Amino acid sequence: MLNDKDRIFTNLYGLKDWNIEGSLSRGDWDNTKSLIELGSEKIIEIVKESGLRGRGGAGFPTGLKWSFMPKESDGRPHYLVVNADEGEPGTCKDRDIMRNDPHKLLEGCLLAGFAMGAHVAYIYIRGEFINEAKKLESAIEAAQQRGFLGKNACGSGWDFDIYVHRGAGAYICGEETALIESLEGKKGQPRLKPPFPANMGLWGCPTTVNNVESIAVVPTILRRGGNWFSSLGRPKNTGTKVFCISGHVNTPCNVEEEMGIPLKELIEKHAGGVRGGWDNLKAIIPGGSSVPMIPKNICETVLMDFDSLSAVKSGLGTAAVIVMDKSTDLISSITRLSKFYMHESCGQCTPCREGTGWMWRVMSRLEKGEGEVDEIDTLLDVASQVEGHTICAHGDASAWPIQGLIRHFRNEVEERLINSNKQGFDAIDNPKRAA
Amino acid sequence: MPKIKINEQEVDVENGLTILQACESIGIEIPRFCYHEKLSIAGNCRMCLVEMEKSPKPIASCAMPVSDGMVIFTNSPMVKKARNGVMEFLLINHPLDCPICDQGGECDLQDQAMSYGRDSNRYIENKRAVNDKDLGPLIKTVMTRCIHCTRCVRFAQDVAGVSELGATGRGEEMEIDTFVEKTISSELSGNIIDLCPVGALTSKPYAFEARSWELQKTETIDIHDALGSNIRVDTRGREVKRVLPRINEDINEEWISDKTRFAFDGLGCKRLDRPWLKKDNKLVEVEWPEAFNAISEKIQSTEPNKIAAIVGDLADCESIFSLKKLFNNIGSPHIDCRQDGSLVDSSVRGSYIFNSEITGIDRADFILLIGSDPRWEAPVLNSRIRKRYLTGMLDIAHLGTLPSRENGLTYPYTNLGSEPNVLDDIASGNHEIIEKIKSAKFPMIIIGNSAVCRSDSLAILHKTREIAEKYNFIREDWNGFNFLNSVASRVGALDLGFVPGDGGYDFNSIITNSANGNLDMVYLLAADEFDVEKLSNSFIIYQGHHGDIGARNADVILPGAAYTEKNATYVNLEGRVQRTSKATFPPNDAREDWTIIRALSAVIKFPIPFDNIVELRQLMEKEYPVFSNIDLFQSQEWKPFGISGSINDTPLELSIRDFYMTNPITRASQTMSLCRSEFIKRINN
Repeated sequence: MLNDKDRIFTNLYGLKDWNIEGSLSRGDWDNTKSLIELGSEKIIEIVKESGLRGRGGAGFPTGLKWSFMPKESDGRPHYLVVNADEGEPGTCKDRDIMRNDPHKLLEGCLLAGFAMGAHVAYIYIRGEFINEAKKLESAIEAAQQRGFLGKNACGSGWDFDIYVHRGAGAYICGEETALIESLEGKKGQPRLKPPFPANMGLWGCPTTVNNVESIAVVPTILRRGGNWFSSLGRPKNTGTKVFCISGHVNTPCNVEEEMGIPLKELIEKHAGGVRGGWDNLKAIIPGGSSVPMIPKNICETVLMDFDSLSAVKSGLGTAAVIVMDKSTDLISSITRLSKFYMHESCGQCTPCREGTGWMWRVMSRLEKGEGEVDEIDTLLDVASQVEGHTICAHGDASAWPIQGLIRHFRNEVEERLINSNKQGFDAIDNPKRAA
Repeated sequence: MPKIKINEQEVDVENGLTILQACESIGIEIPRFCYHEKLSIAGNCRMCLVEMEKSPKPIASCAMPVSDGMVIFTNSPMVKKARNGVMEFLLINHPLDCPICDQGGECDLQDQAMSYGRDSNRYIENKRAVNDKDLGPLIKTVMTRCIHCTRCVRFAQDVAGVSELGATGRGEEMEIDTFVEKTISSELSGNIIDLCPVGALTSKPYAFEARSWELQKTETIDIHDALGSNIRVDTRGREVKRVLPRINEDINEEWISDKTRFAFDGLGCKRLDRPWLKKDNKLVEVEWPEAFNAISEKIQSTEPNKIAAIVGDLADCESIFSLKKLFNNIGSPHIDCRQDGSLVDSSVRGSYIFNSEITGIDRADFILLIGSDPRWEAPVLNSRIRKRYLTGMLDIAHLGTLPSRENGLTYPYTNLGSEPNVLDDIASGNHEIIEKIKSAKFPMIIIGNSAVCRSDSLAILHKTREIAEKYNFIREDWNGFNFLNSVASRVGALDLGFVPGDGGYDFNSIITNSANGNLDMVYLLAADEFDVEKLSNSFIIYQGHHGDIGARNADVILPGAAYTEKNATYVNLEGRVQRTSKATFPPNDAREDWTIIRALSAVIKFPIPFDNIVELRQLMEKEYPVFSNIDLFQSQEWKPFGISGSINDTPLELSIRDFYMTNPITRASQTMSLCRSEFIKRINN
């Protein structure tokens, strides 16, 4: 359980003033100049030391990512891009950070930008976050007026500007290279890698794309030291994390907790427990809609961090915990997610374009109990033909929920098919039988 | 050089190659749909996935550059699963209407489905259907067949330089479309038919005409512009069914213009298929002897000095050579091949060919276009300039007039106005463009026809040569002076010296002297591009293959063969000698052109000294040695040309007003006239 003194986002719930005065009273922008004076190598070293892993879902070590940027500019400008296109179903942590603690993000931008030799940061914010974008813009203005941003930011001699760019609501624009394309004014479609953005990113220049939370924790890490951050959580899964708990719990909430907190504890302590008691739990999607669900027996013991969850064939993702009690029609839930992934596929590469629609159609038949039991295997096979064969991770994300469902609840799907077929399912309506 | 391992085989590959290219270099074929050598890499079809050691996922071999120590597998279970999966996905929403699809038999999807497809269909949902698009009179669309490889989009953007195609919609809803529902305004649009790996984009004129395996394929040369694009003519029976490009990296890479591709339907219309003779002021069909006798009678009663000959744009070298021999025998010096009134001099070969070679464009870092509109005079050459422009560090300047069309030249350029006396300023160093010229390592001048069809042409040529010599265009290792001819016969005719002899009339004098009654007889060899009525005082012999302007005013018509119907020699704008092959036969009584002249020469008692094409070519090569090097570029010694004089400020004119109507074949072509009403009228409106 995280001690209050170790909390980074001290205004996560917006109970205090989000404006610059409030932020200053909470310690933001406090002698930022001295942090910059550490020098870019030292900053990257501290971030590496802290063990911070990207908070956007993939969990790539942030310090390592920063070190991929060229040390010296070859004439091209460097860019920092903040991914605030928080579109993962179940996730709403970045929104609260931008809404209630925007200066943490802005200060983080300056420090991260300085460390990577960038004079400009773009915050690509999801178009639906209208108020958050407004707050960010006014926070930027306030910071500029106080000299924290702009020319000679914080008196450090480093010029730094931040621009807010609003997206238009495409989920895929949260993928870093699609985001870059979109920022350039093109259709948001992921790019082939290599080249990676650190070499050829925004407008062909070295670029690093980081999640809001990853950037917003940086000032505190630099102030309190990498050791402090890495002392929290478990090895390789350090620090604190904002968890978003939603679904069938008594008090859904966002909460900042230590990495590696047991899932059960997280839910019981912060979300008021599962609706109808822990025994009413059926399954949990622990990291946003993309990761496979885990059934109750795993939920009993699993720890909430990257490595523990991937050990049970799921993932921490964005740490959006979606709780489903026994009243949930899991097949229907996953069908809805399949529809989402079909709708949000950019259509660029074959497996995802064709496969997501196929999977959704099969799922929506299974939901209604239409079809044969062996179609479950076909569905799994199709999912495996999509997974890992696409340009970006959208293909994986569309396959995993289905794989999770079948892995743990195959009996339920089979039962539904057998029952509805038993009930005199009309062969004419069943295309497979008719064929 | 990186060393990599492909299927346990060690390979040294060049730096910068992709894995796909490395595999191909050792003969391992990688299936692909979106990848194409000449286009940017998209990596979206996912068909070319291969396994790389230490990578948990298969990788797209078309996009991954090789690096030292890579271990690649192209035949592992992972690869097989990936490819089979992609193939299945491509097929689930594909209509599988191969029996009624024009791509059938030459379809990448069909071919690769044979290797990677499943034997049965697991997809039992409804298939997607997509509305067809209207891409104009050339391209037929069946968009339900589209597999979204985006080759056409990338071609339009990169090669054609018109950003008019794109993908709209997301996911399954993604469609290839023109953004604002309009046809593609490019002269190269037909190439997307070849690029389309499936039957989504097919040729509209070829729709349901033939199956690919029924066609007789003949490799030959195009004559619709002076580029000499390498083409393949597909025939069924005696009919030309379609024209496709052949790959020739030195000339047309693998593109051809829409005129080259689609004008062939003109070969079946308005053809001259038997001799005609004017009797009682009316043309009547006659047999060959009668036509020859009429000419013979006329010639016997005419002084040699009152006979002239004009060679047109589509004539081949064999017939030009024969005609020249005939006129030598007759004793008339009044011959000319420049029916546009051009004053290009035939004595200096370097003054009328493309000295840098077409591949020289790839090296150029500055291009000065003078009185030339490469986009319409040689669209494929223009795309090469664009390709060079896309690689960066190229400045282009244009002097002259361009038609008001969309996308201009398809690359940005500095406009130097249209008055050629700007050349004086450039030559004297008083022009802002001079800095760019001076800093260029491989500067190029491309001068076009409209600069040499004026009274001050020789002065313009002289000044241009002066600029070339002064500013490092001409060096031991580089010749940056290029003449862009726009018609197929011209370079060959100039090489053969088909220009006025001593005291002979040039084209303009032939016209005036005919009007003055000083010329009794004019022989037109496929000459159609001027107002032939101006010759109406003379007895006109027209030899050619189409009943066009020339034939309409003729007294005798001798039916010849079109370019697909003869084995003939043409010299392209670089001076590269190329030969056509006979794909089909001339209709009815029409004959190959040189044989007509040979036969006529015997009848009129001025026989020319060869009896077959071998003897003809031997003599031609003996007298004009350039013809002995087939398909090769022959660099020329730099010699003075042009005459010093003053250049006036009359603007340079458009050299081509209508891209789709430039010769008798195109004027007889229905497809070209559809294109004209679609594209040219749009410009004029």
